[in-house]
Amino acid sequence: METILKSDNKEATVSFDAPFTIIGEKINPTGRKKLAAALKTGDYDYVRNLATKQVEAGADILDVNVGVPGIDEVAVLPEVAKLVSELVEVPLCLDSANHKAIAAALAVLPGRPLVNSVNGEEKSLEAVLPVVKEYGVAVIGLTMDDEGIPNDAETRIAIADKILERAGKLGIPADDVIIDPLVLTVGADSNAGAVTLQTIRLLKEQFGVNINLGASNVSFGLPDRHTINQAFLSLAMGIGATCAITDPIKLTSTIRATDLLMGRDNFGARYINYWRATQPMEDA
Amino acid sequence: MIENDLIAELKEAVIQGIPEKAVAAAERVVELQMDPVEAFESGLKPGISEVGEGFASGKLYLPDLVLSAETMKAAAKVLEAEISRTGTKRSEVGKVVLGTVQGDLHDIGKTIVATLLSSHGFDVIDLGVNISPDQYIEAVRREKPDVIGMSSLLTVTAKELGIVISKLKEQDLREDVKVIVGGGAVTSSYAEEIEADGYGQNAELGVRMTKFLLSVEG
Repeated sequence: METILKSDNKEATVSFDAPFTIIGEKINPTGRKKLAAALKTGDYDYVRNLATKQVEAGADILDVNVGVPGIDEVAVLPEVAKLVSELVEVPLCLDSANHKAIAAALAVLPGRPLVNSVNGEEKSLEAVLPVVKEYGVAVIGLTMDDEGIPNDAETRIAIADKILERAGKLGIPADDVIIDPLVLTVGADSNAGAVTLQTIRLLKEQFGVNINLGASNVSFGLPDRHTINQAFLSLAMGIGATCAITDPIKLTSTIRATDLLMGRDNFGARYINYWRATQPMEDA
Repeated sequence: MIENDLIAELKEAVIQGIPEKAVAAAERVVELQMDPVEAFESGLKPGISEVGEGFASGKLYLPDLVLSAETMKAAAKVLEAEISRTGTKRSEVGKVVLGTVQGDLHDIGKTIVATLLSSHGFDVIDLGVNISPDQYIEAVRREKPDVIGMSSLLTVTAKELGIVISKLKEQDLREDVKVIVGGGAVTSSYAEEIEADGYGQNAELGVRMTKFLLSVEG
């Protein structure tokens, strides 16, 4: 199964047989006060800086979310997405709960962006999937519905099945649906990680689809979150996750190492190159 | 003296997060016909309060808080049965209705606030997540709380906070309750814009704001 995303001159392929795909999470104002303020005042240099830094740190795709209370996403998402797409080469992931904002951004962007996201709720399926179909793009499907996030893997699989089926009916192939099994914090429920890993295993076995991970929720409320995030990411990759919306600055090295250990990095070239690129400059 | 020992044991059990130990002590309290309110106020409450402070200051972590809260709940169930049987009443500093707004399923932040508030002696009614404006209104009528606390983590659901506040006004209930808002999607300026009474940037500040609004000391 391959999901191919494109900017106007660069492609990113999400697949279990390719190296893991990193979707940079940082252009999202939720919990980032400076970005929220910058978006409100139209200070886009701040956004540009986040975009360049993430690509330098190894992001293959950039997530763009402009959801600040009081902002008109339908106007601002296309504007910011366009600006980011003109600055960096990587494809974008358009992140909004407002399907009109997503459609407006798709209308002005070149290539083949990823839509983030649809879920199993009837309202969401009806609003988002036709937009995905109309622009011939790919979408992330979250395994939750009106009832919330199920506590068990089986119900999450059933929701994934529903999303894939509804997409299929509209003519959106399974290649273009990346399922996100959702991660809750092990801080509140120590089984939460195991349930997500189990969901990933079943998704891979039953549908063979691409699987996305929101990788930093898992450690909420615990000390040394980074260690947990790293361990979880490696476990999820090993069992079938193929991309993650995460912080490339903190996690690319773990991802490169895991790709190498999984036989997806010939002669360790990507691992070594990344290590070299992130060493402090030597004096000339 | 056995009564003091049992109360100390309740407190200890909550701090250590050992439900079996807490339930056993609570059952012993009932068996010895000790005052269940006293056991609650001097045993369980100082225990969870200590854990709440530890969490707020970063010495303890979320699993510690969750386990201690569950321990307290288990023992409280035993004591509360006895309290209602004997018809006594425990004192409360105020009643708070909490929930995450419609369209939003984020549970943890709101649950932490609920735990911390009960650790400070508030009577907390946790409505859960994805709570519609009508459900809030109904809860205000039914529970007659001093404060309603609403959480929104998704920017797209932040407007729900304003909708609930408008509905409270429409129904002539706005003067009856204080409204506190919080969660990742909310800023202090947004809280002002929608005319909330208070804003809590995090759980600890939310609790302080609640106490401030109700003029509770400490």
